[in-house]
Amino acid sequence: MFDFLEGYDLLGAFWVTVKLTVYSALGSLLWGTLLAGMRVGPVPLMRGFGTAYVNIVRNIPLTVIIVFSSLGLFQTLQVTLGGGDDFEVINFRLAVLSLALYTAAFVCEALRSGINTVPTGQAEAARALGLSFTQVLRLVILPQAFRSVVNPLANVLIALTKNTTVAAAIGVAEAAFLMKDMIEAEAQLILISAIFAFGFICLTLPTGLLLGWVSKKVAVKR
Amino acid sequence: MTASVLFDAQGPRAKRRNVLYTVVFLAALAAVVWWLYVSLDEKHQLDWVKWEPFFTSFQPWETYLWPGLLNTLKAAFFALLIALPLGALFGIGRLSDHRAVRVPSGILVEFFRAIPVLILMITANAAYSEFTDIASDVRPLYAVVTGLVLYNASVLAEIVRAGILSLPQGQTDAAKAIGMRKGQTMRYVLLPQSVTAMLPAIVSQIVVILKDTALGGAILTFPELLASVRPMSANYGANTIACFTIIALVYIAVNFALTSFASWLEARLRRGKKSTGAVVGTAPGAASKSSRLPRPSPRARPTPDGPSMIRPRGAPAHLPCPPPRVSVT
Amino acid sequence: MQLRKVTAASAAVLALALTATACGSGDKEGESGSGGGEKITIGIKIDQPGLGLKTPDGKFTGFDVDVATYVAKELGFDAGNINFVETKSADRETAIERGDVKFIAATYSINDERLQKVDFAGPYLLAHQDVLVRADDDSIKSPQDLNDKKLCSVTGSTSAKNVKEKLAPKAQLQNYGGYSECLTGLENKAIDALTTDDSILAGYAAQDAHKGKFKLAGFKMTNENYGIGLKKGDADLKKKIDAALTKMVSDGAWDKAVTDNFGPANYKNEPAPKIGNIVK
Repeated sequence: MFDFLEGYDLLGAFWVTVKLTVYSALGSLLWGTLLAGMRVGPVPLMRGFGTAYVNIVRNIPLTVIIVFSSLGLFQTLQVTLGGGDDFEVINFRLAVLSLALYTAAFVCEALRSGINTVPTGQAEAARALGLSFTQVLRLVILPQAFRSVVNPLANVLIALTKNTTVAAAIGVAEAAFLMKDMIEAEAQLILISAIFAFGFICLTLPTGLLLGWVSKKVAVKR
Repeated sequence: MTASVLFDAQGPRAKRRNVLYTVVFLAALAAVVWWLYVSLDEKHQLDWVKWEPFFTSFQPWETYLWPGLLNTLKAAFFALLIALPLGALFGIGRLSDHRAVRVPSGILVEFFRAIPVLILMITANAAYSEFTDIASDVRPLYAVVTGLVLYNASVLAEIVRAGILSLPQGQTDAAKAIGMRKGQTMRYVLLPQSVTAMLPAIVSQIVVILKDTALGGAILTFPELLASVRPMSANYGANTIACFTIIALVYIAVNFALTSFASWLEARLRRGKKSTGAVVGTAPGAASKSSRLPRPSPRARPTPDGPSMIRPRGAPAHLPCPPPRVSVT
Repeated sequence: MQLRKVTAASAAVLALALTATACGSGDKEGESGSGGGEKITIGIKIDQPGLGLKTPDGKFTGFDVDVATYVAKELGFDAGNINFVETKSADRETAIERGDVKFIAATYSINDERLQKVDFAGPYLLAHQDVLVRADDDSIKSPQDLNDKKLCSVTGSTSAKNVKEKLAPKAQLQNYGGYSECLTGLENKAIDALTTDDSILAGYAAQDAHKGKFKLAGFKMTNENYGIGLKKGDADLKKKIDAALTKMVSDGAWDKAVTDNFGPANYKNEPAPKIGNIVK
């Protein structure tokens, strides 16, 4: 029944999916936090930028963003992100970049709602101690905000894992890319779909459960 | 300048520093934009001939973009129409006192949330062609809608559940005290109140649905908005960057209109209503946390209606700064 | 009371959306409305200039489209009763197997793998795999020169695999969803060559926007016998289509279609192939 799997690097493809997920998760966490900082910060221009960024990026399909990064950045502007001449490396990095830029908008919004859950007294006390804005954010607010948004962030991470499938549009050889290949070559459509669905469940369910447990562990009791 | 609790009212030095930051940030932004402009121009991507079709004639709009947009809206609309009640059903199901209802609902929701929509769509398309005789010209639409419904119903279920859980326990207690049955409590007390709390999250989910229709074009030959890029760029001399930009702008415009309408609706619903002010800003996340805990006491929950970090002090809860919306993409 | 407002608002949205969809279906009827009688659904490409293209006025043009129209006419369907649908390369066999389309004329080359799933009438055109390069690029003189070059093709196409596996294994290969994306890269020198059938490449090269920018290398790397794909085992239909194609060649309609569609592209096509004669 599973004979047709021969010759396909199933694990390799899912490994690319995992790598895409991990790198872009880190990137989006960093950029999303910066964006959230901008959106609640004292400089009006940065606040405006943060808001505009989130509203624009959230409203464009990810496919468009990824194809844009390949067509615009790579094909037209010749930005290779240090990938040299190797298309595989360049495409992978471009996919990570676009996934991170896209997901950051959602991370930013999750964090903002997290910041909202921190009682005002915390910030007031921090300011009374003479901390500057960045210090207030870095030392007092964000650590608490992060603890309250582990769960929403976990959802964003799960969505990101699934969104990596879109990277197939620019030829990154991840799971969905392989799936399209297999569907074209083999007749077992339903079975192939089931295998890949199972693969994704293996990736996303443990993530959800683990982070759900973490969120309970670190939740701020108020 | 809005007052925020996160930073002090600004004195002369802070204001000077702000101006400095603004200038530096502006310079950096301008540099990026300038670099983009110059390099795109150098590669002839900004040549008028590449953009001209969209501005001098209605034809590309009439032939490619408008039918595509209609299909996108159609699929999103049907998906939402079916997913909403289904989501409500499963969301309430997960809150049921009966194990036999709670557990299957939970499994279904978690299962469909874990699979990429793309795979759901492909499978649905294959299944329809194998086991039903749906006409071939509408099958892609059916498959797209099915994929979207399965996924989004499970996300909406979580939103509904979080919305209901966000209400104070007192509401249920009071309903019980006046002798309401479980169904009545849900129908007359909990659901109506939680709708306002759920609305922002539901709207961001609509945006997600709308964007996800694009997956149908990528793989199922569903002629939606994004798929219109192919015949369009083939006709106008491979002006791909122009085509994708125009399409991105259409998506932004539609989604922005949608979110603005929802904010307006939400503001209307909130006005004059003594709500708990709770918002399911964090969509499904808030729920999965509380599902594993005993029902949280009102104090343990985030209360965005209380003093807020982001909101200007003393400003009404709903006006200048809408509650953050977090959706799952 | 709150719930009522929500209901009212949703009703408004619902009404709006329904009108929108109603308009949509109205449009569709308008498109294919002329002439009564039975309709035929034919699969074509809609993004390949010269072969199958949906033009801005909503019509379909190209050699494949002309052939399909002629064949349909011979089968007893007026031009007004033809319903053209897009069949992407990866989707062609399934579209036939499921009966989504009566037949497919979409740069569909006959090969053994496909013959296991579908039947072919024809062939009606012999094309060859070739590469499109920038007009001022003289570095690619033989297929082997592609080895240190950057190639582009569309996802799932056999042309790309062919080059990568047989002709130039060391070439870098970029896959996209469509040829237009490849052309953008070719134009900007991120890509050195775009590879697929010469008939397709000629159509792109001949477009006004591309005049003088690209040229075909003329390698003839493979033989692509374009046939009309139809359901496996439908011998009756195959016979009828074969007859229609024979007639199309003999009454000069084939030559006219070639001049109309490939003339501007300056594409030196092979003479009309004999029915059933597959050039390996």
